[in-house]
Amino acid sequence: MSTPAADHGGVSEPAADHRGVSTSTTGPPSGAELSETPLQREAAVTIFERGAAGRRAFQCPALDVPEVDPHTLLAAHLRRATPPALPEVSEPEIVRHYVRLSKRNFDLDSGFYPLGSCTMKHNPRLHERVAALPGHARLHPLQDPARAQGALELMWNLERALAEISGLPHVSLQPSAGSHGELAGVLLTRAYHEQRGETRHKVLTPDTSHGTNPATVTMAGFEVVALATNPDGGIDLQDLRAKVDSDVACLMLTNPNTLGLFDPNIVEIAEIVHGVGATLYYDGANLNAVMGLSRPGDMGFDIVHFNLHKSFTQPHGGGGPGSGPIAVSERIAPYLPVPVIVRDADGRFDLEHDRLHSIGRLRGFQGNYGCFVRAYAYICSLGAEGLKDASQTAVLNANYLLARLMNETHPPVAEYLPLAYGQLCLHEFVLSGGPMKRELGLKTLDLAKRLLDHGFHPPTVYFPLLVEEALMVEPTETETRETLDAFADAIAAILREAAEDPEIARNAPYTTPVRRLDEVAAAKHPVIRQAL
Amino acid sequence: MVDASYPEDLRYPEDLLYHAEHDWARIEDGEAVLGITWFAQDALGEVVFFEPPAVGSVLSQGEPYAEVESVKAVSDVIAPLSGEIVAVNEALADNPQAINEDPYGEGWLVRVRLTDGSQSEALMDAAAYIATL
Amino acid sequence: MSRYTATTPADLKAMLDAIGVGSVEEIFEQQIPEPVRLGRPLDLPAGLPEQDVYEHLRALAQRNVSAEDELCFLGAGMYDHYVPALVDMLMERSEFLTPYTPYQPEISQGGLQVMFEYQTAICELTALPVSNASVYEGPSAVASAGYMARLHNGRGRFVVSAGLHPHSIATLRTYAHGFGVEVVEVPLREGVTDLDAWLAAIDENTAAVFFAQPSFYGAVEDAAALSAAAKSATDKPPVVIAQVDPLTLGILAPPGDCGVDVAVGEGQSLGNRLDFGGPSFGFFAAREEFLRRMPGRIAGETTDVDGRRGFVLTLQTREQHIRRAKATSNICTSQALNALAGVVYLSWLGREGIVELGELLLARTHYALQTLDGLEGVQALHSRTQPVIREFALRLDADVAAVRERCAQHGINPGADLYALTGREQDRGGLLVAITERRTRADIDRLADVLGAAVASERQSQAVGA
Repeated sequence: MSTPAADHGGVSEPAADHRGVSTSTTGPPSGAELSETPLQREAAVTIFERGAAGRRAFQCPALDVPEVDPHTLLAAHLRRATPPALPEVSEPEIVRHYVRLSKRNFDLDSGFYPLGSCTMKHNPRLHERVAALPGHARLHPLQDPARAQGALELMWNLERALAEISGLPHVSLQPSAGSHGELAGVLLTRAYHEQRGETRHKVLTPDTSHGTNPATVTMAGFEVVALATNPDGGIDLQDLRAKVDSDVACLMLTNPNTLGLFDPNIVEIAEIVHGVGATLYYDGANLNAVMGLSRPGDMGFDIVHFNLHKSFTQPHGGGGPGSGPIAVSERIAPYLPVPVIVRDADGRFDLEHDRLHSIGRLRGFQGNYGCFVRAYAYICSLGAEGLKDASQTAVLNANYLLARLMNETHPPVAEYLPLAYGQLCLHEFVLSGGPMKRELGLKTLDLAKRLLDHGFHPPTVYFPLLVEEALMVEPTETETRETLDAFADAIAAILREAAEDPEIARNAPYTTPVRRLDEVAAAKHPVIRQAL
Repeated sequence: MVDASYPEDLRYPEDLLYHAEHDWARIEDGEAVLGITWFAQDALGEVVFFEPPAVGSVLSQGEPYAEVESVKAVSDVIAPLSGEIVAVNEALADNPQAINEDPYGEGWLVRVRLTDGSQSEALMDAAAYIATL
Repeated sequence: MSRYTATTPADLKAMLDAIGVGSVEEIFEQQIPEPVRLGRPLDLPAGLPEQDVYEHLRALAQRNVSAEDELCFLGAGMYDHYVPALVDMLMERSEFLTPYTPYQPEISQGGLQVMFEYQTAICELTALPVSNASVYEGPSAVASAGYMARLHNGRGRFVVSAGLHPHSIATLRTYAHGFGVEVVEVPLREGVTDLDAWLAAIDENTAAVFFAQPSFYGAVEDAAALSAAAKSATDKPPVVIAQVDPLTLGILAPPGDCGVDVAVGEGQSLGNRLDFGGPSFGFFAAREEFLRRMPGRIAGETTDVDGRRGFVLTLQTREQHIRRAKATSNICTSQALNALAGVVYLSWLGREGIVELGELLLARTHYALQTLDGLEGVQALHSRTQPVIREFALRLDADVAAVRERCAQHGINPGADLYALTGREQDRGGLLVAITERRTRADIDRLADVLGAAVASERQSQAVGA
């Protein structure tokens, strides 16, 4: 059972001003001297609570054809009796509402966002400009290939680039997100075994894997078998050998793993898995560590998925859209989803829908083209050298931040938040807040909430589940040394503060538009829409 | 909220039998009342939802028969004994936190008519269960 | 160092010293075994300055014929609607464009409230009480709904109307093959589901039934009749799933009022671009009993420690990252930015606007069908008494591909090749024509001229050739 992270804190009654007594003379405000911020004073009002009957922003184009009365055309039971209670607002009201709402969001353009395995790197604005070009943005997905050659060439070039980066020759851009790409990978594995006349039931995943892997496996009709990790965070080879057999269809891995560590046994793992005829699947969430430096295809993987919204700068958009293309080895290629982009001898592109062994479609049309445009622009901008430089810098930044935290802060953060595994890391690292909890009475959650007052987005908390009070940090390559220093200093400051008075962090944040929210009540009595 | 001061000596009543997957059984005349232990509710945190299976459903020893849901986690509830459900705790629909506050009393989950009386030999007493924690 | 990184030589030296290594290569050498180190540059072109990248992407764009360049009557799931400028402006704001999923709700109230408003709008449109914060797009939403039904009742069969979008049917088949459910297709009559065949196909092992409103051919289904039939066919009613077109919901009876249990659909027509097929969003709404089984993210209302109204992601135990193998889906994305465009667009349309827009679409579609049906060698594929809304099918007495090519020479895309999309014999010679509010009467008249001429020319040359 996983330990829930939600903790409502101890405050049970609202107070007119902010509670606690601050003993710190530096750092963000807290305590009696703090009054409500303007954003806190502004109550949340939904768009449905704005406006008034009769207001409108839409002006319908004039009716230039004979009127058709729905009452005569459609029988009563086919017609909507009352209009839906959508808002009645003018255009300025809409703009003001959403612009004000946007100010209640922290975002990557505004500040440091070191979420582990999310690769929150800068989203270049050039990409928005090119994605908005009408030739891309207003292109209908069913336009004849002969009149969409620019789009097909862009997708083809992107596929070739992803193939080169991954070391696997055949690519499908169709899956809509990382987890969709994973589903594709498992379905491809199923097709591969079925084609060879075999029925296999099990898929192996390490116990450190992201929750998506087990859920995907079940959805594709397989049984999840967890693999132990060894004290260095890599796959426990003994456990692997014990569990691998001819009923295993696939092993799903991410390398580097969720601890930010490269599994040194990867070649041997591949041999063991291939030895029983199973496939090896690479979760590309951590690709940012190895672009141009190491390739999953060369490590022995059969299927790789990419997250264009991670390494390739597709903006996260507050949760989506994303895009999760896959690259596969020769033997898996026949099963790729349709349509597939093909190029003839004259260099003309087309979409092929008839592929005998394809697993079929995973979604409508050909995928999230808007994301392809952005990712392609990024790859064009960086080129071979730039992609390698990005990974090298990502790894440099992570190791630097780790070194600062371990050695150079006062107190050394390592005392309370030691590194969970190893010494060096790749693009991310995991700290354990166990000592902090025991010695300062501060949980990782409290540290995260206090970081909000310092103007940083916290790292990922409580993942991987394997590490007690985990804190997973991925700075990415687009941050400056100054930002990394400031972040390390902020963590140290919070620890110093907690040594004197842990209550401050336990009741943080103080300066955000709302303070700690009652997640228990939200789950017990879900209110998921405005009462109208 | 979970009452952290639940007295330690009441956490695992001696008159109950326990299953390794953190479930308890109180056997009375060929029937048993079932629930989850103090350890289980503590690990889950505040329970927000529990939907009991239907009266008449059949439980198999060692198999999951329901789920208990908190904000951040959900856990299978394992049947410590086999039997047919004769009653479920309807009050938990409005007050799921009874599972936290009184896991052995108001927080009971289901009552079953046992199909195999000898199965209780496979369960542990309080001392043996505590030793596994 | 590139334009996106900032490591000067001085930075590098200080950082390597702090780490205690002599070079960045050393960090990799210590962690990545030699046999899997690449050891050569990637075989990709060199990087380019921003302006060169722009020119390259612009050149590619110019080789596409978009709705900007020709009169577009293509539909079949994605439509060339007018998106107001304020949507673009809001979607480009840093605060909406660049954050991650709102795991720290205190600093994500903007995004979470948008989700809550979006969920409210979808519930209103569909007349169903629960909605998630969006899923990827239409066809995979249909497949996700099927999986949810399968988990709900454990049965082994899906019954699917042939009126469902072909991509939805195909996606459902792909997913169902994974979790082991049979997919059975029910034919249409005059563009809508054959009720007798529908009833005959449903048995006690049917987990869910699926139909589209309107059908793929633009025809208005009797949703209430289909739902009622499904529920009364056996003692074990299946889950009734409908793929609905959101912009028709100002006019057509909403799925919640028609006995539908789960309503899903493609959200592109709500404020999102064509973008050659994505990204867009899929919506997913259902009856109360499915609240705890629904895939995807859900935003819920609550209060903070001071009693302020706020929003959080809730019911996350359904999701992949906690239940893991028992999750009701593996979806961890919500199409948050596209859903933002959706709710802004719906606010812009407003209560009266969505009705007016629906009536305009109805009138123009009707006019287009009437006008084209009268052309020589062109006729409505289905009965003219079958009401259609926003889209309809024609049969051409000439080779469709050739006719379309002739129209393209005149700057018109007359619609989609129906047989190419469905593969059904009865759709041979078919053309699927979509009407949006951007296609004026003059545009429709021009389509009639060009299409009529193209069909005539093609028939003539076919006759000559024969």
